[in-house]
Amino acid sequence: MADFLINTVGLPEWLAWTVTAFVAAALILNVIAGGALVFIWAERKIAARIQDRLGPTRTGGRFGWLQSLADGIKLLAKEDLMPEGADGMLFRLAPYISFCASFCAFIALPFAFDFVGQRLNVGVFFVVAVLGLEVFGVILAGYASASKWSLFGAMREAAQVVSYEVPLGMCVVVPVMLAGSMDLVTIGEKQAGWFTGWYLFHDPFTFVIFWVYVTCAVASVNRAPFDLAEAESELVAGFHTEYSGLRWSFFFMAEYGSMFLVSALAAVLFMGGWNGPIPVATLLGLSEGTGDTANYFVRLIGCGNLVLKATLGVLLMMWVRWTLPRLRIDQVMTTCLKYCTPIAAAMFAGAMLWQLAFPGGIVRGLSRPAGEIREGWLEGPGGLPVGRGTLMRKSAAAGSSELLAEPLADAKSEAGIDSQNVVQVVP
Amino acid sequence: MMIAVLASSMSMLGSTLLPISGPMAAVNWHSVLFLLFAAVACACAVAVVLADNVVRMAFYLVLSLASTAGLFFLAGAEFVGAMQLMIYVGGTLVLLVFGVMLTAQAPFVAIKTSSSDRVLAGMVGAALLAVLLQAAFRVEPWRRPAVAAEAAPAATPIGMALLGVRVDEPAAGVPAAAVRSGYLLPFEIVSIHLLVVLVGAAYLARAKRRRTPRAIDVAASSVGPVVEARQAARSSASALVSGGGR
Repeated sequence: MADFLINTVGLPEWLAWTVTAFVAAALILNVIAGGALVFIWAERKIAARIQDRLGPTRTGGRFGWLQSLADGIKLLAKEDLMPEGADGMLFRLAPYISFCASFCAFIALPFAFDFVGQRLNVGVFFVVAVLGLEVFGVILAGYASASKWSLFGAMREAAQVVSYEVPLGMCVVVPVMLAGSMDLVTIGEKQAGWFTGWYLFHDPFTFVIFWVYVTCAVASVNRAPFDLAEAESELVAGFHTEYSGLRWSFFFMAEYGSMFLVSALAAVLFMGGWNGPIPVATLLGLSEGTGDTANYFVRLIGCGNLVLKATLGVLLMMWVRWTLPRLRIDQVMTTCLKYCTPIAAAMFAGAMLWQLAFPGGIVRGLSRPAGEIREGWLEGPGGLPVGRGTLMRKSAAAGSSELLAEPLADAKSEAGIDSQNVVQVVP
Repeated sequence: MMIAVLASSMSMLGSTLLPISGPMAAVNWHSVLFLLFAAVACACAVAVVLADNVVRMAFYLVLSLASTAGLFFLAGAEFVGAMQLMIYVGGTLVLLVFGVMLTAQAPFVAIKTSSSDRVLAGMVGAALLAVLLQAAFRVEPWRRPAVAAEAAPAATPIGMALLGVRVDEPAAGVPAAAVRSGYLLPFEIVSIHLLVVLVGAAYLARAKRRRTPRAIDVAASSVGPVVEARQAARSSASALVSGGGR
């Protein structure tokens, strides 16, 4: 887009890049805020149906689909309260910290092959790291409220999130290992083709670890049955007991944003990302390089695919929430430490051994040649594969440090990395 | 904090804006962002020292560390930046929890620092700053103006080097044999070390089991395992509650 602004519109470069950055930020913000509106409505309807009620029926017509908008207006008009003994600065900042953490993680999330705020070399790692920071807002809110209910909720949240990061990280490592890259775009690309190529169906271990990931993801975004931080039957409302109005709604936007994010991450890591179950675009002959318009069309379809998968994940979380009762804190810890972590570790080892035994995969071997998958584990800059064989052979035969670096240098110049990643050192 | 991360990511979006033309050519945007992050990091570091509430201190520390992560992202070291976020910023989370737990006896306890402590700390800090500044200005390449350095995608060479294969270009004058071996041995040593620490922590933290069974346990021995499990669960839950409660 920046190129378009520079070349066609004729903006100066710095302005073009700024505009591009703001457009990306605004789009992500809309995904979170608009998504929250839709998901809150969906949650009301689903909860109602599960409890044999109707849910909202009047606001905005037949299905009450304007209910969340009405809620939003109500929240805007509410009085902004702060407890007398509260730590003012932290109390005011806490909701924004939660929201910003959720927002920042979206930066590295690809919606389609090229639809990504910032393609990061360590995308998976970045998303998991930033998502773990959301708990800061909750703890600060709980502490600054000067209320024991809030503090209880915050401490529970801290214990829960710190514990569940361990199995979550282990689950995330498996697709990284299979794809040979931490780049989310690369991971999504490797699962192109029929749905048999998805990592979910790669081997039995990845299938099991996907469900471990689902459990840990639900826990890490504080949804029932793991919503001990707010536990409305014990702690009034947990960490947001003292919040009202817009600040309170920021916590909720962060929650729904995180739900969407972990679901989208699951889609990218295990369910083929933006690749549909049937490669419609390839069957129609619309592959990369057909033309700009065709490319764009393919990517729009991919974006739709990813949003659909992530929405399904969010709906699954709602279904779970309104079906299962809340766990006690010790049960939460037991689930994490006695079940999720060992299962994730065993499945990780299993997936590794499977990869050693059947490098091409069983199902996957039908759809593509086996050799194609292995070569990607050593990738040169810019996603260009460096042949591992040549690298090792050269270094072994010559033993010279110059030859060792040669393939990499070639790859760099071929990928045009010089113009891409040059950073100016500040004097 | 997140705003710092956000801004750093945006600056990465603009990392190809090096050959700036037009009216804004005079402004070096990398310098602007660098100065912004550096200022936030320094200001928050000073605020950590001057604040008198443990939780606020931890909060400022988070801000400072996150801006440092922003500096790493700005320099193109994505892996180091993400590491900074996960280890340091995430690690401060535990510090924050301890701060909350320690000050939970009475809310918002102010920690007073005596003026002699301030003077002493100032002297130590100034000495360290002097040494670091002198060392930094001694490095010859750092004194040259604006050299364009190449930032390779960070994760793959690091991972390969830890597995024992160096794919990066070694410095001149380093023997080839030393380069080829990579960092497999140090990596393994550190891994074993961390594993030992993990096992030790788990051992120290686990619930102590009573040697002599109480009468009620003997009576209930037919359902022994269930009772034991319940007791363990209850003790861990009560430990958590009493820790965070008052």
